[in-house]
Amino acid sequence: MPALRVCALYPELMNIYADRGNIAVLRSRCEWRGIGFELSSASLGDPVDADAHDLFYLGGGQDRDQVAVAGDMVATKRDALHAAAERGAVVLAVCGGYQLLGHSYELGNEALPGVGLVDLHTVREPGPRLIGNCAIEADLGGGERVIAGFENHGGRTYLGPGEAPLGRVISGHGNNGRDGLEGVRRGNVIGTYLHGPLLPKNAWLADRLIELALGVELDPLPDDSLEDAAHAAAKRAAGAA
Amino acid sequence: MHGPARTLARLVRAVSRKLGRSGGTTAPGRLLLRISPGALRRMGGELDDGSVLVSATNGKTTTAAMVAATLEGAGRSVVHNRAGSNMAWGVATALLDAGREPGQIGLFEVDEAWLPSVAKELRPRLLLLANLFRDQLDRYGELESLADRWAELASGPGAPPELVLNADDPLVADLGRDRDGVTYFGLEDDSQALPELQHAADSKHCRNCGAAYHYDAVYLGHMGRYRCPSCGRERPRPDVAATRVRLRGMSGSDVDLRTPEGDLSLRLPAPGLYNVYNAIAATATALRLGVPPDTVRAALEGFGGAFGRVETIPVGERELSILLIKNPAGANEVLRTITLEDGALDLWVALNDRIADGRDVSWIWDADFELLRGRVRRVTCSGTRAEEMAVRLKYAALGAQIEVDRDLGGSLDAALAATPGTRLFALPTYTALLDLRDLLSRRGLAARWSA
Repeated sequence: MPALRVCALYPELMNIYADRGNIAVLRSRCEWRGIGFELSSASLGDPVDADAHDLFYLGGGQDRDQVAVAGDMVATKRDALHAAAERGAVVLAVCGGYQLLGHSYELGNEALPGVGLVDLHTVREPGPRLIGNCAIEADLGGGERVIAGFENHGGRTYLGPGEAPLGRVISGHGNNGRDGLEGVRRGNVIGTYLHGPLLPKNAWLADRLIELALGVELDPLPDDSLEDAAHAAAKRAAGAA
Repeated sequence: MHGPARTLARLVRAVSRKLGRSGGTTAPGRLLLRISPGALRRMGGELDDGSVLVSATNGKTTTAAMVAATLEGAGRSVVHNRAGSNMAWGVATALLDAGREPGQIGLFEVDEAWLPSVAKELRPRLLLLANLFRDQLDRYGELESLADRWAELASGPGAPPELVLNADDPLVADLGRDRDGVTYFGLEDDSQALPELQHAADSKHCRNCGAAYHYDAVYLGHMGRYRCPSCGRERPRPDVAATRVRLRGMSGSDVDLRTPEGDLSLRLPAPGLYNVYNAIAATATALRLGVPPDTVRAALEGFGGAFGRVETIPVGERELSILLIKNPAGANEVLRTITLEDGALDLWVALNDRIADGRDVSWIWDADFELLRGRVRRVTCSGTRAEEMAVRLKYAALGAQIEVDRDLGGSLDAALAATPGTRLFALPTYTALLDLRDLLSRRGLAARWSA
């Protein structure tokens, strides 16, 4: 089986909610199955080879870092990300990273540019940050399943008319606290506000992403009892048990 | 006329102490501030010797308790929120409790986010700011915006006349760059340096020009000896510095200090490098407040720990060593400290997600539990999010047996029973620590906390 080649985008800037947990879970779940795992990173100014990676990860960052990343990503990585998405690479963007996947993120008078991989825009509206445990129902092939996590965002995201969400909110706020939609999915490009270590709480999603990235079907691991219990606990915390 | 408001608040205190676990450390002050919003300012104004505020992400309770011990050693009358209730109402309750006596000095630890508003009311003579790490992003927001608010407090109109600042924390050190009356403290012993910046390091970029700092030494999180390769900004030279540190695991540390009032050698009972930092901060503050160096040494050498942050309690045949974990940087230091112990470790880790812990438990993935690889025999995960802690430890590949039981009491008993050695390390988050203390005091094993 081929190795999973992961590219972490701006890992030293976009890591505010312990995003490395996602990488750790992808790595172990590959290695436990004898699938190789290759991690590289691309930061400010670094070019990206669209064909050299199966999965791109972009996490959340502080406002100041997000500003620097937004401009850099458009200038140095947009074309490669489009090409990678075109050939079916997985792009997983979380929280602040998710806000940069679409057209723009409007913050008062300023607008951060997005890379335009999906049709959405994000606006910082008056009103409180949307914070709390959150659970959604998503179908990534094989029927509806729950993704549970924690969201904490000031921006409200609105999908364009033809764009599909990642899932529907069971409990929590989701994209904007109004339309009941959470995240975005177009092909293998996935964005979500469920931030930071999302995959440790949803090991099934980690496996599904590996499958999508490599075009394979995985056998279950012999003992996922702790992962299953953590998934149940995260659902319970969100009131979606 | 505020007399009736205070009388009513004292009544509430008496009632809430009968009822509640929190020892009545918040309700009376909360009521007082509601019916008399200027009460903090008035009560603070009655302190003959003014107030001192202490804030930080990590170590504020311990550091404030250390400063209090030095002041009390010098015979000063100290009003102190020693139970760690550190929002406006906690400070108000401490002032209410103390009543009015001549010669009092106020010493208050204050929550990072509450600091600007509490400082506005109390107008402290001295402000000690020790560190800023990522912590409870669901409650505090991001680090940069907190740093902006602290900067306004430190240099804006009505800024405190004296600041004591950590030179090794770039965000904190910057607060004293454009003003007078600053005492810097820091560490200057490269034997304590880490091989590289830890993952949880937060403030890695120069706030002046945005370039990444170059570190000549990293001591703890993002604290160390740093300089900006682009604009030349560098760590200020500390006035009070630990020039030699020797960690003795759970039994404490030996520290040599350079101070403006001469050299000082301390044998600290409080363990870990983080407590060395707390002690340097407390020394710098105490000296500024006129406590003689010998009194500072005696107080710190006799310092037994603040309110359950670190303590060892005998339980039957065994000892339970309790160390609070609450955010990545603090947890990393606890993990570093326990790995200094010999032999295979037995652990009980309790992860809660109540409001005071932070509802978001993401932070456990920023803490370097990998430090424990190959060092742990058995670990029991408990607390409201026990299962997620267990997954964290599984992926840290500790090579240890992992047990999961959300019930604190039951899991603790099982963990103690399964400990072959003499010591079990308990690593609870804040509210799990409170629950653990309650549990132990109900069993008569630990004194009940009182304010």
